[in-house]
Order: sequence, then C-alpha cells, then structure tokens
Amino acid sequence: MSNYLRGAMAIYAKDIRLEARTKETVSAVFAFAIIISFIFGFAFDPRPSVVAIVGPGIVWVAYVFTGILGMNRTFALERDRGTLEGLLLAPVGREAVYAGKLLSTATIMIFVEALLFPVFLVLFDLNLFNIWFALIALAATIGFATVGTLFSAIAAHTRAREILLPLLFLPIVLPIIIGAVTSTGAAIDGDGWDGVGKWLQFILAFDAVFLVLSSWAFDFVLEE
Amino acid sequence: MATAAEPRKTRIGLGKRQLLVAVTALLFMVDLVLIFQYAPTASEALGTQMQRIFYFHVPSAIVGMISFGVSAFASVMYLIKRTRNWDRIAWASAEAGTIIFTIAIATGALWAKPVWQTWWVWDANGTLTFMLWLVFIGYLITRAYAPTVERGARWAAVVSIFGAAAVPFVYMAADWWAGLHTERVTGPGASGSLETAMSYTLQFSLVTFLFLFAVLVAERSTQRDVEERVEALRREVA
Repeated sequence: MSNYLRGAMAIYAKDIRLEARTKETVSAVFAFAIIISFIFGFAFDPRPSVVAIVGPGIVWVAYVFTGILGMNRTFALERDRGTLEGLLLAPVGREAVYAGKLLSTATIMIFVEALLFPVFLVLFDLNLFNIWFALIALAATIGFATVGTLFSAIAAHTRAREILLPLLFLPIVLPIIIGAVTSTGAAIDGDGWDGVGKWLQFILAFDAVFLVLSSWAFDFVLEE
Repeated sequence: MATAAEPRKTRIGLGKRQLLVAVTALLFMVDLVLIFQYAPTASEALGTQMQRIFYFHVPSAIVGMISFGVSAFASVMYLIKRTRNWDRIAWASAEAGTIIFTIAIATGALWAKPVWQTWWVWDANGTLTFMLWLVFIGYLITRAYAPTVERGARWAAVVSIFGAAAVPFVYMAADWWAGLHTERVTGPGASGSLETAMSYTLQFSLVTFLFLFAVLVAERSTQRDVEERVEALRREVA
C-alpha cells in the first residue's frame, strides 16, 4: 500500500513539476477556454436574462472541451517522448501509474477551471465564486479525470488519438455533465444544499464507481 | 490461439445458420400481418395508424439494450478467459446493436413527430438509447483504429464495460433532468395501457427482433471466424 502511494505520488510530482516548468498544457488550454467563452458571447445574446438560462451550459461546455484537450496530452506526451515504457517498467503497480496520472490531470484541470472564474465574471457577469459551485466543479472534474485518464491511455496508442478520446469520453461522462449543468444553475440561484445536494451525491457516486472500475481496467489497456 | 492447420472441432454449420435466417424471415412476415391486420387501431392520442410503428420501435429499443448487455457480458468474459470466441460475440453484438438501435431511434423519431409534434423527446429512455448508440459507435471506431486485433479487442471490451456501468447513472440523471423539463411519455409511470391484442403483437414483435439479433450475431461472428482463419492461412503461406 505504501509502495502504491509512493509510486503514485512520485508520478504525480513528476507531472506537476514538468507542467510548472513548461506551462505548456495550462497556457494552451487556458487560451482555448478563453476563445470558447468569447465565441459563446456571439453564439448567444449575452444579456443577463439569457445568461441566467445558458450560463451553466457555457461554463460546462468550456470545462469539458478544455478538459479533453488537456487529457489528450496526458499519455500522448509520454508516448511521443518514448517515456511510457519507462513508466510501465517502473517498480510500481499499474494502479499507481493510473492514480498518479489521474491526480495530475485533475490538478491541472482544476487549476485551469479556477483561472476561468474571473473570465466568466468579466464576459458574462456570471459569478462562480460560490462554495457550492466549487464543490460541484471539484467532484465533476475528478469524475472527468477518472474516465478521461483511462480513455486517454487508449486513444494515445491509436492513429486517431485526438478524435477517439472525445468519442469515448463524452457519452460515458454524460451523467456528470447533466448533473453539473443542472446543479450549477441551482448553485448560482443560491439554492444551497437543497438544490445541489442530490446532484453532488450523484456525481460522487459516479466518481467512486468509475474510480474502482478504471483502476481495474487500466491494466488491460496498457498490457502489451 | 489455434493455428490454421488444426482441423475445426466445432462450427455452426451453414445449414443451421440458413435455418435461423429462414425462421427469422418467416417471423417478420407473420409479425407484419399481426401489426397491420390483428392489432387494433390505436386511439387518437397515440396517433391511430401511426401507432403501429410502436411494434417496431419498442422491440428494437429493448433488443438494443439486450445487445448492449450481451456485448458487455461477453467483454467481461473475454478479459477473463481471453478466448477469441467471447471477443467475436462481443464484437458481433456491438455491430448488431448499432443497427438495431438505429432502427429504434429512427422509428422513435417518426412516431414522435405526428404524436408529440417533435422528432425527439428528451426523456430518460431516449437519452439512454442515444447514449448507448454513441458508445457502440465509439466501440466500433476503437476497434477500427487499434493497431492490432488483440489490442482492439481489449480496448473495446473496456469501452463496452464502461458503457454498461454508466447505464444506471445516465438513466437516473436523464430522468431527474427530464422531470424538470418534459412530462414523462415512455417507460414506467407513463400514462396509457395496452389492449390485449396490442400486447400480444408487441410480444411477438419482441421475439422477432430477438431472432434478428441472433441472426446478425451468428452471421458476423462466423464471418470473423472465417476472416481470422484466412488471415492465419495467409501468414502461414507468406
């Protein structure tokens, strides 16, 4: 167990250190998210009455798309540099590799999501500085990273990696997207636990089921 | 894996498969007679003559779900046993399921338009059907882009199992969400009940579609078996 934790933390630390030095993923993904949000301003009439309806949808479409962009790089980078073999040969279990990758993906996604709070505030007057929204975003992002890390390992080994990940990822995380969008509306309206609680529990249940399933399936995905 | 030189021990003979096709064709003919002659015309609210498409729509949706279950079960068995047979069943049922779900979605849209004045109803059943159809598409594309059949088999098995695990979540989420937006028109809690003759026709149609599924799975898995044998022979010759 301690070997599992140490292995996972070592991989996590490596990924975060790499990102802190290059800032490649965060900067590109953040720029992409700003562009998406900007386009939305023209796709919908950004008046307060309209934003009240489509706001949560804008936020989550931006989060999901940027998430996919970030997750595509999780294993593609390792594969391009030929370091995936090294990672797999490391004296830790595959579950530890998965856990480390999952944590680093989730951390980077959450970081970018937080950076977008002021962007939504400025562009749409959409105030996301709300403890309930933060909890939803945290739970949903862990769910996204759980499923996305696994599918990114599959997609990175195919010829169609950028296309395959969203194709596999989006249908499976549909329940999270439904829950996150609906409860974000409730959180912005100030409904608190009454509006958000049910969905938060639902998303956490999804996270738990898929965390177990992905840890088990990861071995089959990377087997040579 | 068996080499090509080994004699085949068991196989679904051509005769048996032809029989299955013949029985299915016969069932479809009887089914059409039941749908258009035996089943009574539905009420105005259900679309009178339009309602007859229901006998294709509901069975295809149910058999689509069954095909997903079969594919996911065969995928689990493949990951445990690693025999080609389980993978061929999982693959064939994904292909058959894609076609059957397409029928369900198309007939659903055709029925919904005259009855509810909309092509698509955003309820839990519709959402789940559409989501599983998308998972099947992802499944088939994963196989198409995989570098080897063996890796494609493993990856696709994972996709299928994940899809199955997401089913209760998708259904619950869509149902809660739909509760906020639309009235439930299908599934448990929907208003309206079937007359006896309608119910018999529906059951017969369901059996017919199960046979269609069986035919498609048998044909495709046999084809794959032959393909793999040809491939093995080619490698042996080369």
